[in-house]
Order: sequence, then C-alpha cells, then structure tokens
Amino acid sequence: MTSTIMTQPTAAETRLGWESAEVRRRIRRRHAANRRLRLYGIAAICTAIGLLATLVVSLVLLGSPAFVQTKLDMPVLLNAQHVDPAQPARGNYRAIVRSSFLSLFPEGAAMSPRDQRALFRILSNGAPLAVRDHVVANPGDLGKTVTLSVPLSDPFDQLNKGKIRRDLPENRRTVTDRQLAWFDHLDAQGLISMPFNWAMFFNSDSRFPELAGMAGALVGSFYALMVCFLISFPVGIAAAIYLEEFAPRNRWTDVIEVNVNNLAAVPSIVFGLLGLAVFLNFFNMPRSAPLVGGMVLSLMTLPTIIIVTRAALKAVPPSIREAALGVGASKHQVTLHHVLPLAMPGILTGTIIGMAQALGETAPLLLIGMNAFIVEPPGGILEPATALPTQIFIWADSPERGFAARTAGGILVLLGFLVMMNMVAVWLRKRFERRW
Amino acid sequence: MDAATRTGTANAAQNGRAIFECRDVRVFYGEKQALFDVGMDIMEHRVTAFIGPSGCGKSTFLRCLNRMNDIIDGCRVEGSIRLHGMDVYSREVDPVHLRARVGMVFQKPNPFPKSIYDNVAYGPRIHGLARDRTDLEEIVHTSLEKAGLLKEVKDRLDSPGTGLSGGQQQRLCIARAIAVSPDIILMDEPCSALDPIATAHIEELIDGLSENYTIVIVTHNMQQAARVSQRTAFFHIGELVEYSDTEEIFTSPSDERTQGYITGRFG
Repeated sequence: MTSTIMTQPTAAETRLGWESAEVRRRIRRRHAANRRLRLYGIAAICTAIGLLATLVVSLVLLGSPAFVQTKLDMPVLLNAQHVDPAQPARGNYRAIVRSSFLSLFPEGAAMSPRDQRALFRILSNGAPLAVRDHVVANPGDLGKTVTLSVPLSDPFDQLNKGKIRRDLPENRRTVTDRQLAWFDHLDAQGLISMPFNWAMFFNSDSRFPELAGMAGALVGSFYALMVCFLISFPVGIAAAIYLEEFAPRNRWTDVIEVNVNNLAAVPSIVFGLLGLAVFLNFFNMPRSAPLVGGMVLSLMTLPTIIIVTRAALKAVPPSIREAALGVGASKHQVTLHHVLPLAMPGILTGTIIGMAQALGETAPLLLIGMNAFIVEPPGGILEPATALPTQIFIWADSPERGFAARTAGGILVLLGFLVMMNMVAVWLRKRFERRW
Repeated sequence: MDAATRTGTANAAQNGRAIFECRDVRVFYGEKQALFDVGMDIMEHRVTAFIGPSGCGKSTFLRCLNRMNDIIDGCRVEGSIRLHGMDVYSREVDPVHLRARVGMVFQKPNPFPKSIYDNVAYGPRIHGLARDRTDLEEIVHTSLEKAGLLKEVKDRLDSPGTGLSGGQQQRLCIARAIAVSPDIILMDEPCSALDPIATAHIEELIDGLSENYTIVIVTHNMQQAARVSQRTAFFHIGELVEYSDTEEIFTSPSDERTQGYITGRFG
C-alpha cells in the first residue's frame, strides 16, 4: 500500500521483481513440473518392477513343482531268477518291480489282469530302470530285498502335488477311484515321499514327464556356447582391432562399419535360415549338432562382440597409445601390450552379455533341428542335441500335465544361468573398471 | 628464405653441432596448412625452447621431429628434417626406430597403468636393450636416478606408476624416455599440468639432463623458456618468426611480433 503511494515502480523493477506474484507462480510451476517428472519416473520403474515380479512369481509358482518328484520307497525283492548275474543290465526288471509292487497290496495276487494293469500305471515306466541301475551298481544285492525309491507316473505325481482334484467326478480325472484308493493305501503306509528332483538335472529328455530332465539340453547348450565362443571371440576381437587400430578411414571401412551394425540388428531366425541353407544343405554338416548351433549363434554374437570390443578399444585414452609410441613401440606392440589389456574387462563384459543372448536364442536352433527328441546327452559337438531354450520349447509343446511344470522349471533354470552370466559381467566391470 | 631461417643458420656456428637440420618444413592437416616453411637447426646438448601462442604450430613442429604426426589421419609433412644427416621422412627410416632414438615426454603425465619398474623397463624390453635381468634392473635404476625419482620410489618399484603424484608421474615418464637411451628428448609442455613446486623440480631436471641429451621443449610459459633453454624459437600462426639464443630473444628480439609476445601484448 505504502509503496504505491511513495513511488511508481520503474520498468526494471517490474521486470526483475523477484518477489512478484508472477515470479513466485513461475517457481511454483517449475517445482510442480520437477515433481511430476520424478513421479513419472518412479511410476515407470514401479511398472517395470511389477511386471518383472509377476513374471518371476508366476514362473516360480508354476515351475517349482518340477523340482520335487513323488517317489515310492518300495521294498524290492531282487529275484535272481529274472536276472543273469553275468549280464545284470539285461534282466527282466519289469517283472521284479511288478511282483514287488503287487506284494504291497493284500488283495494283489487276486487281482484281475485288467486291475493289475491299472495298478501298475501308478508306477513310472522308469521304475524298472531305477532298479536295474541299482543292481548294475550293486550286483551283490541279487536275491536280497532292498528298499528303493522309484518314481511314480505323472498322474500320481500330479495327484500328490495337489494338481488333480479328488472332488471331480471320476470320468473327468486321469486317475480312477480305485487307483485313488490304491494310492491312498500306499500313502497310509508312509511309502510315498517327495524328495528333490535330481532327475531334472541328470536325466535327459523323455516322453514321460516324471523322467524328463535337462541334462541333454544343458550339455548341448554348453557345447553350442563353446563353439560360439571359440569362433566369435577371436574373430570378433581381431576384426575390431583391425577396424579400430589399423583400418584407414575410407568408404570401404564405412561400409563395413554400417554392415556390422546392421548385422547386429538382423532377426535371429534369419541366421537360422542361413545355417540351414549353407551349413546343412550346402556343406552337409550334421543336423541337430551343437557344432552347427554354435556356428549359427556365433553369427549372431560376432557383431555384438565387434561392437563392444571397438567401444572398449576406443575408451582407452590416446595418451596411453602416445606413451607407448613415444618409447618406440610399434603398432602391434601398442595394441597387444597396452590397449588390448586395458580394454579386456570391457571386452569380456560385452562378450559374456553376448553369450548370454546366445544362450537364450531359440529360433535359429529350431531351424537347424536342435529341437529333436533326444534321450541321451550328446557325447560331442557332432552328435544330435537340444539346447536349453529348445528343450523348453519342446516341453511347452507336450500335452502331459507334468510338462507344464517342467516348462516353467526349465525357464527358471535358463534364467538362473542368464542371471549368473550377467552377474559375472557386472562383477568384471566393477572389479576392473578404470577411470582416467 | 625468410628471416627466421637465416637467423637460425647464422647462429649455428656459435652453438656447436646441429643434430636436427630442418628445411622448408610444411605440415598440412587435410587441406589446412599448419606450418609454413619452417627451417631451423637444433643444436646438440642444448635445450631448445619453442614458444608462441596457442595454435601457433610449435607442438606440430615438435611432433614432426619424431614422426608422431604419422598417427594423425590426414596429416602430411613436406620439406626435409635431417637427424644426423639422415632424412627422417625418407623411406629407409623406420618411424618406430626413430621414436626410440628421439624420446618424448607429453603434456599430461601418461605412465602406463603398470608398476613403476615396468614403466621404465618397457622400452628396453621391447628393444632388447638389456642382456639379462640384472642389466635391465641396472637400466631401470640409472634411468630413475637420472630422472631424479629413484630416491622417492626405490622401495616401491612394484607399486603402480599411476599412484604417484603428478610431478612424480612426469619424472617417471622422463625416466621411461631416458631408459631407451635416446639422443634427443622432446618435451611437449611437460609442466603445464603440474604445480609450481613440481615444475621447478622438472626444470632443474632438464638443466641436469642437458649435459647428456639434446632437449627440445615446447612451453607456453615464457619464464620457463628463459630459465631452462639456451636457444629459443618463437612461432606465430604456423611460421617460425624468430630463432636465436634465448638471451637475445628475450632481451633484444629482432621481430616486433616476438617483442609483442614476450612483453605480453598478445598470446
């Protein structure tokens, strides 16, 4: 009030009036904008974390049953008349298992053949194999009665895990009322257990979910990644060193650079087609082999490795190169003695991330037949194999209930490996990161 | 030829033997010419300082002497630079070998991220200068001694060179250059990243080294040029304006651009 009486504000005062309502409103608006931006960020991160959590939780819920397996702790009479001690691997273990299993039920011997068949469906087809393995390992046990833990078939595994509802009418269950009673009889005797399912890691694929495991896929993936690494790491580093340290800047190197970058963005299935057309059809390399899988994957990782290696080489400060040149080091000495070692942590980090990508890659492997049904782990890079992602793909395609859990379990294993590899990469970066 | 070249060669007789004879040196970065017809003789066992405002071409010229410009894309050098009578840009000269004989110390201390010992031993190792381990150790010790660093680091030769102070790092770089027994040491503003005490240390060192080495130092610090050098060359916009005894340059420069620069009127 008083000020208006005293003087009229000058032009400068109206413009720069830091206390004016206009300026205060402007500041308020700016603060609100800051807050809004921060909120958007937080909301975005929450969304991302929420989605990730949903994914992991659903996978764990779905996949965790695959890591335990319902088993029957069965006293087995290793009847010597069914097994030739000289050739323990070729005995009639089916008969041994069936008679021992039948003896667990008081009415067993009196059952009709049809009932017996229904009864035997409780046991997995893998049960005789488990007994055989025991006898082969302990031939001295022939003639004795030993308690062995044998897997139950998938429907009863699911029943025990609560995935099959007993209150459904009989004709809508895979398990009949009589089988249910037999199962409860076994359970009442305390013969049913549910230990950790090592078969998930030590068995290979099987038509029976309770017997299927990832051993073949793990070995296949390992071989394929080895091949991929052995090809793409040296080739990628050599290419990157040439492009970064030796190549003149001209139109040709520009073309190469653009193409390397384009190659990194090519959909992986295209590489699979290339592998099919060139490696399999033209060079007649073996189908489904980790060698071909690794070669196809290396086409994918090669551009990634070239790009990260170039970035890592570029990050080595020129002063180090000058220092080495200044004492009379030649180009290759500068590169091998100084630049490459300093770039190595970055190169390794990028390579591991590239390898992790290759580990999860499915499409190119499908095209070269690494999704075949293979029951033995491959013995080498030329033998047919599956890989982790293709194994998951095969299981996801299978109708049995047990494979649903196996699929999710397989994804968890794959994710576990990916997280592990990325953690190694992060550790490497943290451990060897250098600031200039 | 311009006045500068004449001055340079006229004074040659009073200053002993020329180790570098440079004639009509022109440097181009792509289309842009950075040096115009520079001619000078650099005297053996003298400290020669190059002074001039930023961008005047003094560093460019220094880097011609050991062909460090070769690594810059699009850089072209014309004219002749003779080291002991041999044209360093001729086909017979291997630039890598040349750089071993013409050592260099850079503006920013740039020790290798290795141990102090390995920093100094690297040059002798790649050139096969040491017969065996003890010989190599001897070279490392004498080099560090000459660089005035031995006393400070002899108990921790295994610790990383990058852990030393800035001044120590620069002396380590000097030791590294000395270790390959060069004839000449080029120094590209070696003190511009150092504090005054470390600078004084390096300047003292340069004084001592000039007994055995020919030193060429680029500096933007005129007092430094006056303190350490016997000969001074003043560059301006790619031209060698004046090259003479340091005392003469600073007391009675013959060119008014030199006069203007040393009195601080531009630069």
